[in-house]
Formats: sequence, C-alpha cells, structure tokens
Amino acid sequence: MTALVAVVGALGAVAVVTGLLVFTVNSMARATFLLLASFVAVGAVLIGFGLGYLGTVVILMMTIEMMIMVVFMVMLMMNPAGLMPMTMVHNRRGSWAIALVVFGLLTTGVWLVPFPTPGPAAVGDPTLALGDALMGGQMLTMMTLGLALLATIVGTVAVAVSRR
Amino acid sequence: MSTTELVLRLALTAAAALIATGLYGALSQQSVVMIMMGLELVVNGLLLAAGAFWWAGGAPVVASVLIVVLVTVMAVEMAMGFAVALALYRARQVDLTDDAAELAG
Repeated sequence: MTALVAVVGALGAVAVVTGLLVFTVNSMARATFLLLASFVAVGAVLIGFGLGYLGTVVILMMTIEMMIMVVFMVMLMMNPAGLMPMTMVHNRRGSWAIALVVFGLLTTGVWLVPFPTPGPAAVGDPTLALGDALMGGQMLTMMTLGLALLATIVGTVAVAVSRR
Repeated sequence: MSTTELVLRLALTAAAALIATGLYGALSQQSVVMIMMGLELVVNGLLLAAGAFWWAGGAPVVASVLIVVLVTVMAVEMAMGFAVALALYRARQVDLTDDAAELAG
C-alpha cells in the first residue's frame, strides 16, 4: 500500500512535469514525445491500480497516436523541429491565470471533499467485469460509442477530402 | 487519513494539475496541433481521475466504462482535429489559429 503511494506520487509527478514541458520546449517533435511520456505515466498508474487492460490500451493507443501526430507535424507545420525558435502563443498571462484558478479550485475540492473510500475491492478480473458490463448493462454506452466512431470516420473523410 | 484516501487525493491532485496544464495549452497555443495536445492533456487528467475513483471506490464497473468512453473521446478528438487541420491547410496554407480568424476571401 505504501509502495502504491510512492508509485502514484512519482508517476503522477512525471505525468505533470512532462505535461508542463510539452508547452515549454521549442521543438514540436519533442513536445509530442513529452506528451507521450505523460500518457505512458498515466497508463502505468492505471496498471498500478489493477486496471491492466485499460492501462495497456491507453499506452498502446497513445504511442500510435503520437506517431501519427509527428507525421502531421512534418507535413503541415512551419517549424516542427524547433530549429528556428519562435513563440507561437497568444494571451499567455490570461491563460496561466485561468489555468491556475482552475487548478486551485480543483485541488481545494480534492483535499476538502470527504470521499467515500471503501478501498480496493476483490472483484476478480476487472477486464471480465468491464466486458460483461459493455455487453450487458452498459450496452447503450457501447452502441453510442460505436455510432460516434462511425460518424467520426465519415466526418473526417468528408472534412479532409480535397474539393478540387 | 487512510492510505486509500491519501492515494486517491494524490492521484486527483495530479489529475487536476494535468487538466490545468492542458487548459493552459489549449488557451495559449496558436498552432492547431499544439491546441490538440492541450485538449489531450485534459483528457489525460480525466483518465487518471477515473482510474483513481475506480480503485478507491470499491471497483465500480461504471468507472472503467468511463475510461473506455474517455479513450474513445480522445480518438474522436484526434481524428477530427487532424481532419480540420488538413482542411484548414488545404484551404489557406496556414497552421496557426490566428491566421485562420479571417472569414473566407
């Protein structure tokens, strides 16, 4: 249990620090890999919590997604490697203020609200429980997600296709 | 405070920091791809929070279903974001939101 405190603290810190670095490095390619590191840290925390399947899905999906992102950067961005340092931000001070206020509010809530914590339960296989739920009581959720993904496939092709 | 509570609150604090960082990025960045990275960080924080609630709350299955929903949201956001970036580039040859602010012409 104390090991889990250390793991969650350390990996949470890694996720936050790499997340912050995403918006401070010059190179967008580096930013992509820092974002990937942040996602891998969160995926590892999920695995530490016992959600082995979902944690692995997050890590695998994000690895592939970030590779696609790198391709898009090289295709479209004017300065993907950060060789010509330039700032591409607007209203930095206002954005920081909003972000800090949101962080303050959320953190206050996190440490003041009395959460009901029955603690980790012995549920057997959480992946089996998830599959049962998605094919049973949560079927509507699954169908909605499927439809949303289908709409995304059609929508992305419709938006991105050349009109000439 | 019990250890379970401590782990939950630590994870939720990290999640809050991720959400705030993502918000800063989405609000301040000009590049379309960097804005998408900010949105991804917000969803990353939500993933962490959902996992923490699953673990500390006695493993309710709805929490893991929520993680599936979040992963799907991330995929949809990414796909639509890239499609919009591509459409924007095709139409105007721009990759910054400020350059895309003018109406067509």
